[in-house]
Amino acid sequence: MSADIFALLVKSTGQTLYMVAVAGLIGSLFGIPLGVFLATSGRGELFAAPSVNKVLGLVVNAARSTPFIILVVAIIPFTRMIAGTSIGTTAAIVPLTIATIPFIARLVESAIREVDPGLTEAARAMGASPAQIVFKVLLAEARPGITSALTLTIVSLIGYSAMVGAVGGGGLGDLGIRYGYQRFMPDVMAIVVLVLIVLVQLVQSAGDRLARQFDKRIRPR
Amino acid sequence: MVMTVVTRKTGEAAGAAAGDGLAKAADPMVAFEGVSKRFAAGRTSAEVAALDGVDLIVPRGSVTGIIGRSGAGKSTLIRLVNGLEKPTSGRVVVDGVNIAGLDEKKLRDVRRSIGMIFQHFNLLASRTAFDNIALPLEIAGIDRPTIEKRVTPLLDLVGLSDKRDRYPSELSGGQKQRIGIARALATEPKLLLSDEATSALDPETTRSILALLKTINKELGLTVLLITHEMEVIKTIADHVAVIDGGRIVEQGPTFDVFTGHTHATTRSLLGGLAGLHLPEFLTRQMVEKPEPGLRTILRIIFKGENATEPMLARLGSDLGIEVNIMAGAVDEIAGRPFGMLVVSLLADEAKITHARSFLADHGLSSEVVGYVR
Repeated sequence: MSADIFALLVKSTGQTLYMVAVAGLIGSLFGIPLGVFLATSGRGELFAAPSVNKVLGLVVNAARSTPFIILVVAIIPFTRMIAGTSIGTTAAIVPLTIATIPFIARLVESAIREVDPGLTEAARAMGASPAQIVFKVLLAEARPGITSALTLTIVSLIGYSAMVGAVGGGGLGDLGIRYGYQRFMPDVMAIVVLVLIVLVQLVQSAGDRLARQFDKRIRPR
Repeated sequence: MVMTVVTRKTGEAAGAAAGDGLAKAADPMVAFEGVSKRFAAGRTSAEVAALDGVDLIVPRGSVTGIIGRSGAGKSTLIRLVNGLEKPTSGRVVVDGVNIAGLDEKKLRDVRRSIGMIFQHFNLLASRTAFDNIALPLEIAGIDRPTIEKRVTPLLDLVGLSDKRDRYPSELSGGQKQRIGIARALATEPKLLLSDEATSALDPETTRSILALLKTINKELGLTVLLITHEMEVIKTIADHVAVIDGGRIVEQGPTFDVFTGHTHATTRSLLGGLAGLHLPEFLTRQMVEKPEPGLRTILRIIFKGENATEPMLARLGSDLGIEVNIMAGAVDEIAGRPFGMLVVSLLADEAKITHARSFLADHGLSSEVVGYVR
């Protein structure tokens, strides 16, 4: 493998990490609160707003059923508005984030729904405000579940980021397609896939370890 | 079978307890005034009346138990006290404040003065024993050093100082409920609500938890309101009881009086296992309702309180010269006082029976003629 290719590999890995990190961060910033709201706004729940809940649920479903590559091109005007351009690595973060938000929201919603309603009742009986219930009870108790949700999100993001080569986003997937496939360099393709496998493996085991550490429900000895 | 109750004279001690209850009732910790609760009709269910015109008094400093079958409205009733449910009509007055009239903000303040424990403990799995007890204090915005000072003696009180840094998953059911109790006491409440707190525990653990509740009631002067479907719980610690059925309070008063009076059908059925309430079958099979010469009279004698220990039966024989045959009976303890029922047969004429019964009544024992056998 030539030094040029190696440099490209390093650069592409950097781009992938950059896109995944920023999209993951901003996605969580919006996705976690959205997930909490989805989990607590049903009829008779903490922030009961059944109609808003229904509408948001529909939007989330719509966003999740749109194939990612179509989402990327469909929101080009929006991307241009946010990032100033519709091509390049930074621009690619916009569709990645948009796809991440509903993904995280649904996962967080189900993690929060796993929390025993008895705990919410106990907290209410203690005189807790809705905000205190969210932070001290729901998020605290759902922490292992949310950690697993975020791990899954990052792994999926690594996969999604391979598709943004279509808008000049760069990254490992792009490198694999342009060099490994279009220029007939199977060794580059193999290395790209290997690096992706290692990345996903690292993220997954770090996430699992963290989730286990947060989980005090079972204590195998 | 006709059960004619001719004499119902409560013992002196029972009368005193009732008077005591009335005096405290003037300033109760909790008062339900004409409370009804209906749950709106769902898509698949009709409107449900959970509570219907409930009037109930929880005397200050008492352990008051509400007993009823599942679905009788107990859970709704106890949740009205700290405003987890709102009544459809009526007033729920806690320590002089009508809970039903408070907005959410004020309600949160009031809830901090009312502790609550639950059937399934409802401890946070992500927090240690210490941090679970600290939770209500954190919610109340109390600083860390004060929390430390409050929680440590509470761990001591419930006997779990060594479990301070353990997570709920590492504790037994009884230990979890002790942590639940400590947590409920953290904000130094004046009232403790217990929602079937012992229903998920084995009999031995139940006894130790009830003993702890009694200690707290006595030593901290805390009023305890508990709901349960277990007669054992009421008998062991409640000095005041209300029987609920179909969303209505069918009987209430000092536990001893209610249980030994056992007038209402629901109370009777809940009391099912209580000593001597049911006549043995061999007796009911051959019993007739009308007296005839030569028949033995079956008398149910009810021992209440201290009289239960006095040798009245022996004196019936020695003083009145009536031969007494014991057919069935048992002695139980209710609210710390002995209570017994004895079914005896007497071979004597009507005049002598009347004499015997007035003799028993003079000594504070009520009796009823349940039938006649050959």
